[in-house]
Amino acid sequence: MPFDISMILQKKKMQILEIWIKKQLESADLREDLFSNEDLRASCEELLEVLLSSLNEDNLTNPASADFDEVNEILAGISISQARQGFNPRETALFVFGLKESLIEILQEEIKDPQDLFTNCFKLNRLLDTFSITTFETFIKGREEVILRQTDEIAEISTPVIRVWDGILALPIIGTLDSARTQVVMENLLEEIVASGSSIAILDISGVPAVDSLVAQHLIKTVSATRLMGAECIISGIRPEIAQTVVHLGIDLSNIVTKATLASALKFAFQSMKLEVKRVQKDNRNIVS
Amino acid sequence: MERIPILRMGHYLLVTIQVELYDRLALSLETDLVQMVNKTSAKGVLIDISAVAIVDSFMGRIIGNIASMSKILDAQTVVVGMQPAVAITLVELGLSLPNVFTALDVQKGMDLLASMIDVEQEDFDDYEDNNS
Repeated sequence: MPFDISMILQKKKMQILEIWIKKQLESADLREDLFSNEDLRASCEELLEVLLSSLNEDNLTNPASADFDEVNEILAGISISQARQGFNPRETALFVFGLKESLIEILQEEIKDPQDLFTNCFKLNRLLDTFSITTFETFIKGREEVILRQTDEIAEISTPVIRVWDGILALPIIGTLDSARTQVVMENLLEEIVASGSSIAILDISGVPAVDSLVAQHLIKTVSATRLMGAECIISGIRPEIAQTVVHLGIDLSNIVTKATLASALKFAFQSMKLEVKRVQKDNRNIVS
Repeated sequence: MERIPILRMGHYLLVTIQVELYDRLALSLETDLVQMVNKTSAKGVLIDISAVAIVDSFMGRIIGNIASMSKILDAQTVVVGMQPAVAITLVELGLSLPNVFTALDVQKGMDLLASMIDVEQEDFDDYEDNNS
């Protein structure tokens, strides 16, 4: 005798919900700080409602059926919001696996014949495993979005152009220089040169962890572009290790003014702008006499 | 045919490119400028390209050529007012124009020319006499 398990489950809906929620509350990993019990109950109820109403005897064996689109959508919504709130993968997994266990528990009570029980459990297992995969895919996608956004933010905040003096710009570079970042750095620097009418730009690379031939190429490009604009570019903050690598790689930086520290670069800039920094005479008598 | 005006200012020639520079125009500018340098025995050439928004490798080469030709004719070339996008494009094309002097604007370009070219006072007097 075939069982219509969708009917059985529909009848036992409230019981399933209770078991499911109890299972999650029992779990030691439950994050009440991120997800209140009411929220948990609401999202469980919504998912179960949609799942049971779209489940029937035909699509039980066909997880790709369009009937489950809504279920997948809700699962995706829940896992994306969990990913953004900083849930770990285990908690998200427990959410879906808890549902599976509760459903099977009910089936166990209702179906007495072992053969039937096995067949139906097997079908249900398969269906819910597909849902777990969907959950994971969206969970990871949510996490990746967070990472991408952070990468963009880092790239944006780490390329400030500073006016250190009238006509002197400084650009401290922190982090690795790749092609995309060089482009941003170069554009920011050139725009600022035009905006401020500066004739000297200091590129400080003390925050760049390593210089390989590609990074050096990018630096040379930036310096050349600055020169084409009619400004001079000084590279400062070259650490001994970087000097070593540059020479070992055979990169020719002889056409570029390089200084060890930002201070010496600034001094050089003052010299070429014919400026002088003087100590103020504290002794007033000197001025009078 | 459209031509780019070349203005004489003392010992210098002033070229401001205000229109889109297509290939034929650039070539005629090259010819005109070299002849003008020869005729006026100018000591410096100032090219203002602040209105140029698009360049290609040909344009980059023409600018380089003008600088090299003027150099042979004993005149220094200063290119002023290059747009950031133009500078980036030229560098990406591998044309960093090593022979060309650059300045941010016309004012600074003139200062640079003046500092590079040691104009003899007598020369200047000659010029004044010729024009009077």
